[in-house]
Amino acid sequence: MRILKFALPLALAAVLSAAPAADDTFAVKGATIHTMSGAAIEGGTVLVRNGKITGVGKNLAVPKDVKVIDGKGLQVYPGMIDAATEIGLVEVNSIRETSDTTEIGKYNPQLVALTAVNPSSEHIPVTRYNGITSVVSMPLGQVIGGQVSLMHLDGWTTDEMGVKPRAGLALKFPSIQSGGRFQMDSGGGDAGGGAARTSFADQKRNLDKEIAELNQFFESAHRYKQAKEAKLPDFKPDLKLEAMIPVIDGKEPIMVTATKEREIRDAIAFADKQKVKIILCDATEAYKVTKEIKEHNIPVILGPMLSLPLNEDEAYDISFTTPAVLQKAGILFSLGSLSGGANLASRNLPFQAGQAVAFGLSHEDAMKAVTKNAAEIWGVGDLMGTVEEGKWADLMITDGDPLDARSQIRMLFIKGKPVDLSNKQKDLYEKYLGRP
Amino acid sequence: MKRSVFIALLLASALSAFAADVPVLIQNATILTITNGTVKGSILLRNGKIAAIGDKVLAPPGAKVIDGAGKFVMPGIIDCHSHIMAEAINEGSVSVSSMVGIEDVLNPEDIAIYRALAGGVTTANILHGSANSIGGKTVVTKMRWGATAEAMKFEGAMPGIKFALGENPKRAGSSQGGFGAVPTNLRYPATRMGVEDVIREAFNDAKAYKASLAAYQAKLAKGEPAIPPARDLKLEALVEVLDGKRFVHAHCYRQDEILMLIHVADDYGFKIRTFQHVLEGYKVAKEIQAHGAGASTFSDWWAYKMEAQDAIPYNAAILVKKGVLTSLNSDDAELMRHLDKEAAKTVKYGGLTETEALSLVTINPAKQLAIDKRVGSLEVGKDADVLLYDGHPLSNFSKVEKVWIDGHQYFDRDEDEAGRPKKAIEKKALTEKAAPAGGRGGQGSTGGPNQ
Repeated sequence: MRILKFALPLALAAVLSAAPAADDTFAVKGATIHTMSGAAIEGGTVLVRNGKITGVGKNLAVPKDVKVIDGKGLQVYPGMIDAATEIGLVEVNSIRETSDTTEIGKYNPQLVALTAVNPSSEHIPVTRYNGITSVVSMPLGQVIGGQVSLMHLDGWTTDEMGVKPRAGLALKFPSIQSGGRFQMDSGGGDAGGGAARTSFADQKRNLDKEIAELNQFFESAHRYKQAKEAKLPDFKPDLKLEAMIPVIDGKEPIMVTATKEREIRDAIAFADKQKVKIILCDATEAYKVTKEIKEHNIPVILGPMLSLPLNEDEAYDISFTTPAVLQKAGILFSLGSLSGGANLASRNLPFQAGQAVAFGLSHEDAMKAVTKNAAEIWGVGDLMGTVEEGKWADLMITDGDPLDARSQIRMLFIKGKPVDLSNKQKDLYEKYLGRP
Repeated sequence: MKRSVFIALLLASALSAFAADVPVLIQNATILTITNGTVKGSILLRNGKIAAIGDKVLAPPGAKVIDGAGKFVMPGIIDCHSHIMAEAINEGSVSVSSMVGIEDVLNPEDIAIYRALAGGVTTANILHGSANSIGGKTVVTKMRWGATAEAMKFEGAMPGIKFALGENPKRAGSSQGGFGAVPTNLRYPATRMGVEDVIREAFNDAKAYKASLAAYQAKLAKGEPAIPPARDLKLEALVEVLDGKRFVHAHCYRQDEILMLIHVADDYGFKIRTFQHVLEGYKVAKEIQAHGAGASTFSDWWAYKMEAQDAIPYNAAILVKKGVLTSLNSDDAELMRHLDKEAAKTVKYGGLTETEALSLVTINPAKQLAIDKRVGSLEVGKDADVLLYDGHPLSNFSKVEKVWIDGHQYFDRDEDEAGRPKKAIEKKALTEKAAPAGGRGGQGSTGGPNQ
């Protein structure tokens, strides 16, 4: 086993460098294939031609011209998808100059995340190292931050990385900013530090105003569309409202960040009223609203599972058990690291999923949450998320369970092309391990 | 010395909530002792201590017997860097705040204690913040949820003091800085050069203070008339550092500042007990090892600030391989709940063995805090700070089921779950009582906001 461990990467590398011209055509033979679309295939073969999967099965004939990777003892999974992150938009959190997450203004539907993604970000290779092949990067902002972009974590340019540059509209649903304690309505000095607190009644009034304003913005998008279609003489193109048309037409989903129960319920009511498609994001308290979420068939992207409960009196494991609760309720859900450069990094996505397994989610459902479900939620289920014929060969080959931190990713493919697993951190490791 | 041992014993028995605890025998479990390999068998907790470990241990009369089949037992996790319980973190108004101590502001009702317990933490080093070059005094605690602040303290553990280097202590010197920096009233230092200077100036003063104390004692010993020097609480703590009676836990990131502090310590004749965070420790592992300091780091944090740009998840592995006593810490109430899983990452990044990985959160931090005679491994005679897992602690798919400290059970997942419906009813009743007229929040209750 030990010998196998060290010999294999070398053998794999040799195979791959032998025929660089046809990088994206190969077969993995004799591995356990975790298709995520059905039962795992032991001793199976995956055939890849021109970047697409052309066959998956147990006794698959491999054409003579196709190079073969010996997968004995290894596992094949679809590459993981981080369903909500800021990768590429921020490099060092504390350095303003390296951050392009947040634009000025409340309503910015015309902005597209991919525009500001830095393909040379160090976060990309570091994240790939743990088996993540695609991410959805999202602009932040006060209300409508911009368009989220689904992209591969490989490519010389953003054009090459982009899968769906306008995958959805990022909307942070208006909320009540509670610090847990409200000042009495009568006012008076609050000795508590930090921002001045306003009363609950004031906050509620403000919330209603914000939601009304949001509805108005959508109404003006409808009027804009009508004016455009009617070719009114005084019609003037407006980039903000133009960007809203696919959204109000229901062709593009809104990724609604709604954390607490009130925001989730408000967001559902809003979606009903505006007849738009929404995806709930960072929906920490989704467990309190499962019935309504299921009834409306709304998919959910959970934020970092390794988070503290929102309230002191909540169960200590509330964020760990929520995935299992959503699964049981029949809700389609995925996971997002909601993080670019921060500590809860995208690269820990598999271990977040693992934590859900410890607290009741089946391993298969956890794996699906970071592969198949994410692809379906983002409307690319026909392109990625499973190991099936016709899909892109976004594959990870591992020596163990990818949700267990003790395993290693041995090879990674994006659109059938082998991805370099080296990164700055690994380079520094090797350099300083060798310091005399 | 004998007297202090006697007092320690007296304290230990006085603290005995556990004297009333029945012995606990966990059978058929996989016992990860950390220091003496893996034992398939039983472990007996009695009178607050580990009484026996072996393939077969007889249950004493009255013992509670737990079937550990398929389960894992390991020592309680030790977090060498936490700020939970602390009602205040930074006395950042001065560059040297060694006169203040975190032990004076412990809140034993902080829910983070219970959550940490549920993640297997039994002991934590509670530190002052990193706003100043020389920060406040630190204190080692046990997560005795329900006890008083005083009883949380790890009796007999060496006290410490926080130092901080790099970006954080510089901030108050920058017109854009945090920690209360006011452009019109900048606090020295603003550079890493100034941080060094602040520490040197402070130890110059401490040495002078120590000399004046010694001169006074000498006069007293000779029977000469002597006036004691005015007591200086700030310098007193630093004299304790010079005398090796207080550990220095130094927050740092970059290799240059690590070396700087080693040189300062060498010049003034004291030791750095641990470098905290020490994200570039892997670059100067040799120097850290030569100084005899420990390193307490994160598994994989990086990129949140400039000095964390060269942080690598292999840091712990390199430090271990180069002979540095290394631990993983949390510095965060959430991370604290899964230090076991953080340790697992060192198997991935750098190929540590499973025992080496678990040592990073058990025996190694125990040694760093000099409490390894009491905790950090499963050995007969050590404190019964013990965890029961439903699977291997390093597996992402397993979790803590039960936690004992001093042989007293402080966490039980089954009980926690079973108690939830009752708590929900209690909460509902309280909420209704607080808002009788259907309105929100306490307006109808008896008093003003401060009551």
